[in-house]
Amino acid sequence: MHRALDANNLREVLKYSALMLSELRTSKLSPQKYYDLYMRAFDQLRQLEIFLRDESRHGLPVVDLYELVQHAGNILPRMYLLCTVGSVYIKSKQAPSKDVLKDLVEMCRGVQHPIRGLFLRSYLTQVSRDKLPEIGSDYQGDANTVMDAVEFVLQNFTEINKLWVRIQHQGPGTVREKQEKERNELRDLVGKNLHVLGQIEGVHLEMYKETVLPRILEQVVNCKDDFAQYYLMECIIQVFPDEYHLQTLETLLAACTQLMPTVDTKIVLTQLMDRLSNYAVSSPDVLHEFLQVEAFAKLNNAIGKVIDTQIEMPIVGAMTLFVSLLTFALRVHPDRLDYVDQVLGACVVKLSSGPKLEDARAMKQVVALLSAPLEKYNDIVTALTLSNYPRVMDHLDDGTNKLMAMLIIQSIMKNNSCISTADKVEVLFELIKGLIKDLDGNAYRGEDFQEEQNSVARLINMLDNEEPEEMLKIICVVRKHLMTGGTRRLPFTIPPLIFSALRLVRQLESQGGDMTGEDLPATPRKIFQILNQTIEVLSSVPCPELALRLYLQCAEAASDCDLEPAAYEFFTQAFILYEEEIADSKAQVTAIHLIAGTLQRINVFGVENRDTLTPKATGGGYSARLLKKPDQCRAVYACSHLFWVDDLDGIKDGERALLCLRRALRIANAAQQMANATRGSSGSVTLFVEILNKYIYFYEKGSPHITPSDIQSLIELINTEMQSDNNGNTRTHSDPFFTSTLRYMRFQKQKGGLMGDKYELIKL
Amino acid sequence: MVLVLALGDLHVPHRAADLPPKFKSMLVPGKIQHIICTGNLCIKEIHDYLKTICPDLHIVRGEFDEDARYPETKTLTIGQFKLGLCHGHQVIPWGDLDSLAMLQRQLDVDILVTGHTHQFTAYKHEGGVVINPGSATGAYSSINQDVNPSFVLMDIDGLRVVVYVYELIDGEVKVDKIDFKKASTSTSAP
Repeated sequence: MHRALDANNLREVLKYSALMLSELRTSKLSPQKYYDLYMRAFDQLRQLEIFLRDESRHGLPVVDLYELVQHAGNILPRMYLLCTVGSVYIKSKQAPSKDVLKDLVEMCRGVQHPIRGLFLRSYLTQVSRDKLPEIGSDYQGDANTVMDAVEFVLQNFTEINKLWVRIQHQGPGTVREKQEKERNELRDLVGKNLHVLGQIEGVHLEMYKETVLPRILEQVVNCKDDFAQYYLMECIIQVFPDEYHLQTLETLLAACTQLMPTVDTKIVLTQLMDRLSNYAVSSPDVLHEFLQVEAFAKLNNAIGKVIDTQIEMPIVGAMTLFVSLLTFALRVHPDRLDYVDQVLGACVVKLSSGPKLEDARAMKQVVALLSAPLEKYNDIVTALTLSNYPRVMDHLDDGTNKLMAMLIIQSIMKNNSCISTADKVEVLFELIKGLIKDLDGNAYRGEDFQEEQNSVARLINMLDNEEPEEMLKIICVVRKHLMTGGTRRLPFTIPPLIFSALRLVRQLESQGGDMTGEDLPATPRKIFQILNQTIEVLSSVPCPELALRLYLQCAEAASDCDLEPAAYEFFTQAFILYEEEIADSKAQVTAIHLIAGTLQRINVFGVENRDTLTPKATGGGYSARLLKKPDQCRAVYACSHLFWVDDLDGIKDGERALLCLRRALRIANAAQQMANATRGSSGSVTLFVEILNKYIYFYEKGSPHITPSDIQSLIELINTEMQSDNNGNTRTHSDPFFTSTLRYMRFQKQKGGLMGDKYELIKL
Repeated sequence: MVLVLALGDLHVPHRAADLPPKFKSMLVPGKIQHIICTGNLCIKEIHDYLKTICPDLHIVRGEFDEDARYPETKTLTIGQFKLGLCHGHQVIPWGDLDSLAMLQRQLDVDILVTGHTHQFTAYKHEGGVVINPGSATGAYSSINQDVNPSFVLMDIDGLRVVVYVYELIDGEVKVDKIDFKKASTSTSAP
């Protein structure tokens, strides 16, 4: 053909072109291969076009050319040539673009073979692309010019789509997969037309709404081919601007509901919603358009319809749709909580209509649905106002329910939220009830149990209100829920509740005012009653050590409020626990320290009560009956402080303090003898040095019952003990202690003044 | 220059949900060489969290600690200083300086770190220094009516230790510092 071109021999050119184009008549090639062939032909046709355009080379006016090529033998080469000439014709402006194009698009009907026709029309699209009679182009026609352009492209598109769909039905069903692959390779040829439509100058919203979109959608729906429908819907969403989508939302959504059931409408709808969300976020001033168009309502309805009509859709599909819709609502209308609630409500309806939810993927989607408001609003209180939120949670299985509850708690912790009314606390604890108690009677004991309960405990610290009345209500609501938790949960959850109440007591106490009125809702006395009852429940677990500590905390708090009976009651409970429940030696030692330490600080007790409680701790009481002698000794001398409180009007009974020290000394001696008897060597002198330090303590405080000679003899005793070792070794480990004690006394001595005088009489 | 973080009495989750965010953002991993903790964390999560700030964690038992295996007292040497650690509920009267001084003599340490009162203190006495880092979360205390969250950072450099105390008061972190010098390396005398 090239030689003919060079020779400017028209007849030959046409003959050889037709020959070349006949190659395209084959049915044997796969689409990919056909495409290669097509491209090569395309290049050649470009050469041809250049030749044809130059009338001087071949001498024929283009009108005649147009006639001439129609004599080509077979229709396919004929059509290709016609299109090529037509392109030249339009360019020459000897006929209006719209007429030529109309002619061409009609005549292409002659080729009905799917692949061949597809490529032919594709060729037509390509050559006509820059010759459409659009606004501002060289080929602009009369007033209807844009309509003409649109009409041409639409027609071409319609025909191309029909051909494309037909590929599906060519062979037997067994080659469906292969056909799908082929169709996939060809789909861009179809989509290109839509791209062209999207780029035509002069197509504005009205025309799009009235003509373009309805025609496209008509084809999409009527072709009843799921492959085509899916691809074309995607194309439409991507090609046309978002503002158009917003204004034609109803039409688009109507089409969506009419699609074949096998089309994955979810993805189409999700894409649409994503685009609209991005649009809303990027230009906030279009928000009012969204509201005007009632975008959310329309989407909600459409989704509802899709879910209802596609009854085959698995539940995970429906949930995914809801998640997309919720994301849309949160991004576009973040302030419209009612929208969010609506989506949740629709979800509840769907979940209620089916069997119990078991699909893990669907569960995951529901969790995503519930997490989205938490992340968006960063404030649990907002989520608590969504009436459908708990209803959705009810449909989760136990494990997922707990997971969701943990997510809620984590959100509160992360945002440092404070929940401040009893009502909201009630709603919150209903939401997390999977953690608070055993649902459905199943005792779930996973490895996360401790972590979960600790999370609940931490949560309790986030509930606060400055108003004592409201705070007490909150405490009561929490208590009510925690009591349903069972014995395994109480040790974790009760302590933070106790301390919440103690903080409230302190707040009331510091506020002052009349605390004794019985009709006041929140008084320390009432709270202590609640505390007593609450700690009592721990005995069912049982955890006596924890309960003892809590009783002592309450006792000290009651003392600060001058409530002697309450304080006494708490101490009684603590003592009972000690005597009856705490048997472990180490635990006993700690318990004694806590009891003695607390008792030492409490100043509310009158003489009677004090005289009942103190001996129990000291002397003939707990201290002296500890198992190991060193423990006994230490406990007893610690109790000496019960008789000496350094306050202004604190008790300062030096005599009884000394009695304790003497008793401790006796025990230390006994311990020493035991060590001698059993191990053949003296034990350490540590105990003696400790007691010496205590002697010094009270001596310096001014107790008249401790004399310098007491201290002197104790020093002698220690020296003696240190030297009397059967093996003649001096023990080194207590030396530093004794040494530093002596050093301290010397330091005090050389201070002079009153302190110095005290030490004057002691030889160091 | 050795940085030692001293803190304790967090009481998570009994009395507090977590450390204050402002403290958490200051406690960055890798900056501190040692952590000494007076106890009452109370749960393992806090133990693990402290370990991420510094792997060399020393801790003693508070009366509410979940892990009963922590020791009652602990001593360690950092640079030229001997440090002693004890929660303090074992020393009666609680918070009494003389009784704590006795414990210090007994443990034979230059610096005694103790807690339980939820009140920051730093005393120098004949036998050395007693430091109480207070409660890192500002937890409720029956002993102390007005608790602000606080912790202590000690900068040990040769014979000198600078004690920085960080307190969260009305939402702002306030820092104070106290200098202590030790006379010589051989004894713990002032």
